[in-house]
Amino acid sequence: MTLPPSLEAILTFLQNWWVEIVCGVVIVAVVPLIAGYVVLVERKLMADMQARLGPMRVGPHGLLQPIADALKLLIKEDLIPDNADKLIFWLAPVISMVAAMTSMGAIAFGPTFQVARDINIGILFVIGVSSLGLLGIILGGWASNSHYSIIGAIRSTAQLVSYETAAGLAIVGALLLAGTLRIRAIVDAQQQLGVWFIFLTPVAFFIYLVASIAETNRAPFDLPEAESELVAGYMTEYSGFRWALYFLGEYANMIVVGSVATTLFLGGWLRPFPNVHWLDWLDFLPPLIIAAVGVYCVYRAGKQPAEIQIWFMWAVALTCFAVAVIFAVPLFVTSLKFILPGLHGAFWFLLKVSGYIYLFMWLRFTLPRYRFDQLMHLGWYILIPLAIVNVLAIGVAMILESEFSWNRWFAALLTSLFTLGVAAFLVNLYDKRTAAASAPATAAARDPYAG
Amino acid sequence: MLDSITFYFFAGVAVLSAALMVTRHNAVHSAVLLVTTLLATAGIFLQLRAEFIFITQIILYVGGIMVLFIFVIMLVRLDVALHHIRFRLQRWVALFVALALGVEITVVFLFARRLPGQGLLIQEPAPADKLPPNTEELARSLFSSYLLPFEIASVLLLVAMVGAVVMAKKRIDQ
Amino acid sequence: MGNALQQEDTTKKNSTLLGADELVINMGPQHPSTHGVLRVKLKLDGERVRATECVIGYLHRGVEKIAEHRTYQQFAPYVDRMDYVAAVSNGLGYCETVEKLLSVEAPPRARVIRTILTELQRIASHLVWLGTHALDIGALTPLFYCFREREEILKIFEKYCGARLTTHAFRIGGLQYEAYDGFEKDVERFCKNFERRIQDYVDLLTGNSIWIGRTRNVGVLSAADCIALGASGPVLRASGVKWDLRKAQPYAAYEQYQFDIPTGTNGDTYDRYMVRMEEMRQSRLICLQAIEKIPEGPILGKVGKVLKPAAGEVYHSIEAPKGILGYYIVSDGTTQPYRVRIRPPSFVNLQALDKMVRGHLVADVVAIIGTLDIVLGEVDR
Repeated sequence: MTLPPSLEAILTFLQNWWVEIVCGVVIVAVVPLIAGYVVLVERKLMADMQARLGPMRVGPHGLLQPIADALKLLIKEDLIPDNADKLIFWLAPVISMVAAMTSMGAIAFGPTFQVARDINIGILFVIGVSSLGLLGIILGGWASNSHYSIIGAIRSTAQLVSYETAAGLAIVGALLLAGTLRIRAIVDAQQQLGVWFIFLTPVAFFIYLVASIAETNRAPFDLPEAESELVAGYMTEYSGFRWALYFLGEYANMIVVGSVATTLFLGGWLRPFPNVHWLDWLDFLPPLIIAAVGVYCVYRAGKQPAEIQIWFMWAVALTCFAVAVIFAVPLFVTSLKFILPGLHGAFWFLLKVSGYIYLFMWLRFTLPRYRFDQLMHLGWYILIPLAIVNVLAIGVAMILESEFSWNRWFAALLTSLFTLGVAAFLVNLYDKRTAAASAPATAAARDPYAG
Repeated sequence: MLDSITFYFFAGVAVLSAALMVTRHNAVHSAVLLVTTLLATAGIFLQLRAEFIFITQIILYVGGIMVLFIFVIMLVRLDVALHHIRFRLQRWVALFVALALGVEITVVFLFARRLPGQGLLIQEPAPADKLPPNTEELARSLFSSYLLPFEIASVLLLVAMVGAVVMAKKRIDQ
Repeated sequence: MGNALQQEDTTKKNSTLLGADELVINMGPQHPSTHGVLRVKLKLDGERVRATECVIGYLHRGVEKIAEHRTYQQFAPYVDRMDYVAAVSNGLGYCETVEKLLSVEAPPRARVIRTILTELQRIASHLVWLGTHALDIGALTPLFYCFREREEILKIFEKYCGARLTTHAFRIGGLQYEAYDGFEKDVERFCKNFERRIQDYVDLLTGNSIWIGRTRNVGVLSAADCIALGASGPVLRASGVKWDLRKAQPYAAYEQYQFDIPTGTNGDTYDRYMVRMEEMRQSRLICLQAIEKIPEGPILGKVGKVLKPAAGEVYHSIEAPKGILGYYIVSDGTTQPYRVRIRPPSFVNLQALDKMVRGHLVADVVAIIGTLDIVLGEVDR
């Protein structure tokens, strides 16, 4: 029975691409749940740094809190402000969320897990599509039909656009070292060179770190979102599940940004020291780490006050051990060795992304907020010139290595020091400028008894 | 075959959203529909295996120019501005231009089939990995054979940016 | 910290959103960052604040009028509710004023215990200020650390007089309760731990360039302006004027102890921050010195059950954590005062807001309100 050619084409497509489609489905299904739990982790971490406990009541140790929050947000009344544009009001959070999730399509979470199978323009795709989230912000602010929302949205957009430039230039620095835009090729380049790019160009990593914090509207760059101003930003009029979509979009963006940083600077799915063969025992680290978490749960199980909590800790510990066994088995069974790179690669990748996001959270709880003009000044006057200089410096380092046969590390070190010198110069200028511009206003001699 | 399906999908979306865009009364709706049109066009680029143009269209057009459009639409009260427009012949001019364009396109299609070697239907485009990589090819030609136009374009953009900043500053100072 | 709920007031704007020449925005009375029910009308020119107008009175409870219909002892608990963050200081000021009116002196033991409790209250008040001020500027963590320390102080208060916030700790003529067993030990343990905690706050904030960027040269008030406006307390001292009633007109037991008066140079928010941090350290030193030698003796002076001061008037002021707190009592010879007028430090300091905020950005307004350390209970009475 011959099928019509269109149906046959679709079936062939499905046959060739079913792995990627499954990856896509996993991303769409899992990311909102993961984003919800990242929120819980943030609350617990915040509590820990603030000498308190965080959510504890909903589920054991608050583990069902995201579910409860999601349910609550779903059943809330759907408020649309008067005279708001209903279509755009509905569309804006959707755009934010969809942009973040689509850009995850090109990210490789391991050597085999990538929806857009090794697309030619890998990193550029991620950056370009995630920048579509801007539209979600502006339209959201406008659709709220509130003077303050629009101002908040414009502020947010201005901040995002400024730091996108800096982030892009920082990425260019690492791309020079990789020589390609394809994500798998970038990680392979790091494997061949035997070193993560963060060690060759630490300045670019730092610029990308700061720019990505500003990109995702996190503290210390969260003035458009914080209540200290007179507005609560573009999200003011959104409540219930629409707000949840914005929030999920923000956390999905954090994951995207962390993934880009991991791919470019932290070696992607490579284990530490991927080329050094006498360190091959590091391959055993993933199951060991998971087993260590399980052991810790067993240790804490004895200290729980309530019986159900003891049961729960044991359940978590047993799950950890089971997962550790799954990770360890391919190391010993030769016939299963082919799943090793995918499985362990995904573990290392997620570990590094988690570390990056942990850094985000840590900075949020420690640092106060930048004022908006200080924020823009930091982006335009310091980060962008620094990123440009860094690109030049890396280019020089590469030429020194290839044309003049310098030692790679020496060239990298020299150029990094030069870039740091430029950074010090720019920061010095900034300090001088703020000190001079707002010199204490010496009031004219005023008769104390006249007023 | 799959190419045709994706092409017709993207083309359909593009045509539909363009048609909707010119008929909306609300400027922001038109802007959003223009975004859809541009995204569909980008999809066509992707289908033609021109990935770099696809992503550049998204980054520059949608992410840059459309954001600017939307800013302007939001910040300028259009109903005030529209009151000043009193050109009554617009419909006739539009009709004339549309007719002229239609005639041109028909002529081009008819002649394209007649010229030898032109207008051939490509049955099976080369698979993606056999083609030379987009970005590298573009960069190679841009920085070697087309270096001068590239530099001139950069200088032009720089002049435009500096001019815009200067003009904006003047207005604030006024 | 939720979304700001504010009522949109008269917003005069042109036909375009940009190019509005003058915008009047309303902050409060319900706002997470105005430390109470305070309404501030801001006249903006773009981003810059051109003028402000404070509208107060949302917390007016008629305390001074109530005083005319209560006996002197009955009025004492009302005084705590004014500056509810530093109730012990309010009580100290009131009791000392009435004692001055009666020409009675509290016995030495009472004076020393009063000093210790007042200094602990000063630390507690500054801790609240530090936590909320840092929170307004965006630092989320110091609030919880400050409240953890404050918890220790409130536990001491609770053990002493049964209440944490509105303590009514002192009586006219001295104290009612003896220092409980272990009072000195508790205070000493708190003071020993506190030095390390202050270092925590310093580590988090003092050298932080974002903090410095948000507070340096923000809300500058020169010394001449301070004196002209009548500002007092850390606001005055940060502008360089070394005036502290504990040294200038000593009361309670302050002459016996060695402590410094910290001053600033610029009169900006950063200097006020440094001054208050140093004041916390000095208060700790005073407490440590005081608990070494608490004199024995009675705790209540010779006052009868019924207080009928002779007709006359008296004014007495103390250095409360927020500034100079003054009481002016007019007696007409009966058991109830004829008039009690309270000079709250926050009320006078708040008048400096207009001068401090001009020319700054809207984001600085919240920081400046925070640095004035106002309590609306005191401002409105």
